Amino acid sequence: MAELVPLDVGALDIKYSFFRQAVRRMWSYRSARIGFFVILFFVLVAICVPIFWYYDAKSDSNLPEKLLPPSWAHPFGTDQLGRDVFRRVAHGAPISLQVGLVAVALGLGVGSVLGMIAGFLRGWVDSVIMRLMDILLAFPATLLAIGIVAARGPGLGNTMIAIGIVSIPGYARIARSMVLSLREREFVSAAQAIGAGPFRVLFRHILPNGLSPLVVQATLNIATAVLEAAALGFLGLGAQPPQPEWGAMLSDSYKFLTVGAWWPVLFPGLAIMLTVLGFNLLGDGLRDALDPRMLVTTKRF
Amino acid sequence: MLTYIIRRIVSLIPVLIGVSIIVFMFIHLIPGDPVLSILGERAAVENVERVRKQMGLDKPIWEQYFLYVGKVVQGDFGRSIRSNTPVMDEIRAKLPATAELALWAMIFAVLIGVPAGIISAARRNSIFDTLAMFVALIGVSMPVFWLGLMLAFVFSVWLGWLPFSGRLDPTITLIPHTGFMVLDSLIDGNWKALGNSMSHLILPSLALATIPLAIIARMTRSSLLEELTQDYIRTAKSKGLAERTVLFRHALKNAFLPVVTTIGLQVGALLSGAILTETIFSWPGIGRWLYGAIGARDYPIVQGVALLITFIYVFVNLLVDISYAFLDPRIRYQ
Repeated sequence: MAELVPLDVGALDIKYSFFRQAVRRMWSYRSARIGFFVILFFVLVAICVPIFWYYDAKSDSNLPEKLLPPSWAHPFGTDQLGRDVFRRVAHGAPISLQVGLVAVALGLGVGSVLGMIAGFLRGWVDSVIMRLMDILLAFPATLLAIGIVAARGPGLGNTMIAIGIVSIPGYARIARSMVLSLREREFVSAAQAIGAGPFRVLFRHILPNGLSPLVVQATLNIATAVLEAAALGFLGLGAQPPQPEWGAMLSDSYKFLTVGAWWPVLFPGLAIMLTVLGFNLLGDGLRDALDPRMLVTTKRF
Repeated sequence: MLTYIIRRIVSLIPVLIGVSIIVFMFIHLIPGDPVLSILGERAAVENVERVRKQMGLDKPIWEQYFLYVGKVVQGDFGRSIRSNTPVMDEIRAKLPATAELALWAMIFAVLIGVPAGIISAARRNSIFDTLAMFVALIGVSMPVFWLGLMLAFVFSVWLGWLPFSGRLDPTITLIPHTGFMVLDSLIDGNWKALGNSMSHLILPSLALATIPLAIIARMTRSSLLEELTQDYIRTAKSKGLAERTVLFRHALKNAFLPVVTTIGLQVGALLSGAILTETIFSWPGIGRWLYGAIGARDYPIVQGVALLITFIYVFVNLLVDISYAFLDPRIRYQ
């Protein structure tokens, strides 16, 4: 959680835009900076590894070298098929980030459009959309994702769809309340008065002014999405072996814990944890930086 | 108060109908013919027809739905395709194991999470606060199954202190009364079984507790910090009340409302976390059973367990709402 530091209000120069101020404020939180660098690291790994380090998951097994503990040749050891765990963890980064980003884009896109329509049109459209969201929220999130993938069949594509669907109601609620709070404001009436249509008003005037809670939710949601993708992979419903997805790697190797092989379990799990931690740190920092209440900090205990 | 409760229950009806439609639709979301997907492409025609009839899939879809709901209301969740036993009987046999695990996890989460949050807020920016919030952040960032595996490796494989799997050693006998093993062994005064069942509970319930614990601690802290900025706290302090009194008698009472909601919401996390935790620790509850059923394409079990877990979740959230209104009179009159 980011530190609640008292702000030097004088430092917030009016000439900077709200987002620029927010970014500067966020940068003043050490935890948000750490989160940013952790994410940057994984993003760089995810971009560079597939380009510079060829890997064919199908022809990778090397049984004579199975379950070797970490060494110089294999920094993370080898798994039960003799595959280099370090290499597989590195090649898992693009998969997890891709799942997180695609799932969040899906949830954010569908959810915020539904919520904005509900808040803007009100009436029966609002009732129908929000009751549907209530129904989706009635399911525990992981259970719903498991159910969707169990029905549609295992695989990365369905994993992304399932995790995206599960996150739709959260965005819809945020977007709806944002529209409700902004639609009566003067700048909206002004836009309508000069003849802007409903779509223009919604997407060009209301959305940019109410974007911050959605951005915060999306950042934190990437963390949840990576965790849920790992859980689905672990249950055999996500990425399929031999794909080097972190959750699936754990489920491949955990049975060998009883013979003392901890390394094929420890390292993919650490990779999941660090990625999720990065997004959580950044999301917390963003939330604190974008929260207008944070401008006025009161002295506390 | 009563009108509030009735209003909340009535507002649940459309949600429950929606949930039942989605769970019912599950079988129709399966690409292709669900019966062929269960039995395999090469199944004999008469078997395919038998299962189709047994599952009621030969009728029009709206009729199937009403038949399904009619049965569910009577507690009939259909029969397992593999074993042909009623799903409800199996749930009744396996639910206590899950409930016991979830209950212990919740006890851990509340007993550690709430005090940690209070101390963090009261001693803000102290070493304890920084450390506790760092640990809590790690807690929400960790895959629960990975933590479970690491705990099992350290305490069971490496140190050999605690058992890795199951609820009770096969050498120990215990007569089931309630299905809760700790309770059953207490009823019989069976101390050997008590110690053994508790040693089996520690690792899975700790693993399952981690995420709720971290979330509850973070929520308690931020909710209490928010409360401590209010005017009435300044008034209380300025009239010379001890910090302890202000904290416990004034702030905590009001800060507790969001914490109660958070605890309620965590029941959902516990129930879905149980699917993973039970799978790792071979815990014979409904979570591991659901996992097995997904792999075996035993769809009536999947539907039954999903419906049950969701109903429990909805019901717990109803209780939370009611308790909220009970704790805060303002909500009743809205």
